[in-house]
Amino acid sequence: MKNENLYKYILGIADNNLILGQRLGELCGHGPSLETDIACTNISLDLLGQVRSYFQYAALIANNESSEDDIAMLRPEREYVNILLVEQPNTDFAYTMAKQFLFDAYHYLFIQKLQSSKDETLSAIANKAIKEVSYHYRFSSDWIKRLGDGTEESHDRIQNAINDLWTYTNELFSQTEADKAMIAEGIGVDTVVFKEDYYNKVSEVLKEATLEIPESKYFQKGGKEGIHTEHLGHLLSELQYMQRTYPNMKW
Amino acid sequence: MSEAQIKDSRTEHSRSLEAQFEARIARDEKIEPKDWMPEKYRKTHIRQMSQHAHSEIVGALPEGNWITRAPSLRRKVALLAKIQDEIGHGLYLYSATETLGITRNELFEQLHTGKAKYSSIFNYPAVTWADMGAIGWLVDGAAIINQVALCGASFGPYARAMVRICKEESFHQRQGYEILLTLTKGTQEQKDMAQDALNRWWWPSLMMFGPTDDESPNTAQSMKWKLKRKTNDELRQQFVDQTVPQAELIGLTIPDSDLKWNETKKGYNFGDINWDEFWQVVKGHGPCNKERMKARISAWNKGQWVRDAAMAHAEKQQSKNLNKAV
Amino acid sequence: MKKEWPLWEVFVRSKNGLEHRHFGSLHAADAKMALENARDVYTRRNEGVSIWVVESKHITASNPENNGELFEPAQNKVYRHPTFYDLPDEIKHM
Repeated sequence: MKNENLYKYILGIADNNLILGQRLGELCGHGPSLETDIACTNISLDLLGQVRSYFQYAALIANNESSEDDIAMLRPEREYVNILLVEQPNTDFAYTMAKQFLFDAYHYLFIQKLQSSKDETLSAIANKAIKEVSYHYRFSSDWIKRLGDGTEESHDRIQNAINDLWTYTNELFSQTEADKAMIAEGIGVDTVVFKEDYYNKVSEVLKEATLEIPESKYFQKGGKEGIHTEHLGHLLSELQYMQRTYPNMKW
Repeated sequence: MSEAQIKDSRTEHSRSLEAQFEARIARDEKIEPKDWMPEKYRKTHIRQMSQHAHSEIVGALPEGNWITRAPSLRRKVALLAKIQDEIGHGLYLYSATETLGITRNELFEQLHTGKAKYSSIFNYPAVTWADMGAIGWLVDGAAIINQVALCGASFGPYARAMVRICKEESFHQRQGYEILLTLTKGTQEQKDMAQDALNRWWWPSLMMFGPTDDESPNTAQSMKWKLKRKTNDELRQQFVDQTVPQAELIGLTIPDSDLKWNETKKGYNFGDINWDEFWQVVKGHGPCNKERMKARISAWNKGQWVRDAAMAHAEKQQSKNLNKAV
Repeated sequence: MKKEWPLWEVFVRSKNGLEHRHFGSLHAADAKMALENARDVYTRRNEGVSIWVVESKHITASNPENNGELFEPAQNKVYRHPTFYDLPDEIKHM
């Protein structure tokens, strides 16, 4: 493939959206209130909409007749390069929101920078996504504050979720070879630049939510290299079910 | 005045209110929440509107079963958006019902305890992807026929909710039909999947219009109050007449050997509906009644601490602001 | 604790130049959430450019039982309407 690094780079962005969008989709119809249900589905729709733009572009670059759906649904598990954070199960509303918040804070900073990518398609996607993503961040950080500074039970639940998921945050800033190559070309975003910013932003919200900032220095990674937690395989078995069971058909 | 006289004048008064009320409806005037209304009108509306609302949110479950397995990204977002709409429609209808002096919590309580009903169609399982097509095409198709008729309902909030819902639902049926259309143009396996879905969903869809007119004791009163604008059988006939040509167009066969065009009535004759099955499902013994209720109750119970937290947070913020103001 | 999120009324301006119109209601714990929910519940199809929310209990409504005294007296003030006044035919617009 001519633009292999670019192709890999796009997948690195889009897989996060795909897996998180799929996770949120599991909740549709099961939310804590009708209003919250509708709001979470909206976020899922935003993320999946962005995925389609990314994969359509990736399919163009791959230039081998693969479609957005082939890319989304027909790769083996080891070829998905999302970070571990987004594939974590919904467990309860605290986990769902903590996961969303820890990702949204990153996603916002990332998309902001991607707007000035030298790649016109990526910067166009980012220009459109920035409004969605900034809303996601507002929505999830509001919920972190409500749950943190709500009842004793909600405080404990959200603190637990943050503590558990914290271990996956460092991976947001790890860089693959493809990432580095794209950064060098001015196409990719150098995430290291806003790492401090990210932790400041997150800590500020946690403080306002009367939550402790986890002190753990131990972090998990591997998603970007295709080595996932055991949860991803099950998620994929649903995501890929139709395409695998009925190959080469139009839907 | 003696007590008896007072009582007489009161019944007289309420009788004249009732006469005025009936006259307003006959003149096609809308009734608004704070207007005087007979207690029975209020109760019947709470029952029907909440039943409608419950159907929307329980209806999200069989389709929700396929979100994570939708065969393409395009289908996935369309399905998500459709289910989201349904939950929104439930919300509109609960809000409209709340104007009659009952809270959403109370309405949920009625659903969860089995006191309130919802459309029986959602007690059937959605077992293949083709069911997403059949549900959109048939179930939403039947629902739209009902709902269009209700846009002219006499109770203002109900009619307004219906207008909004009809506007938003126009894509739902098309979405379903397009799913089946694609299958019928596909492989034999896909064609079979489509036909199988039609076979399973056809009869339950006809049942959605409710018992036949002679078995439907509330119809006369509901028609008079414009809570219903057409009878069950009229609506069912309209549905059959509209759906049969759509099935033919994509090469699917309606599973009814008695189906035949009737030139005199300019409509189709169709076979007998299995009313025993209908009543069995209504009474709670359909294939998925228990699962559906379990899912709703579980979502509600699991959400309790979340709703409590938000309320507690709001109250804390409010007292903080009050302190600031002092 | 079993306290239901209060009810809010939602008003949406469809586009600049138009007034806010009552769109419906919803439940939310606080004003901020009411706005966010209103956005997702009532403007999913690009229906608005501005949203107002107000807690339903803060609305004071007139009582339909008083409709007679409230509104009927306005029906016979025909002199408030332009057609009450006779003008020569030569004057086409006024």
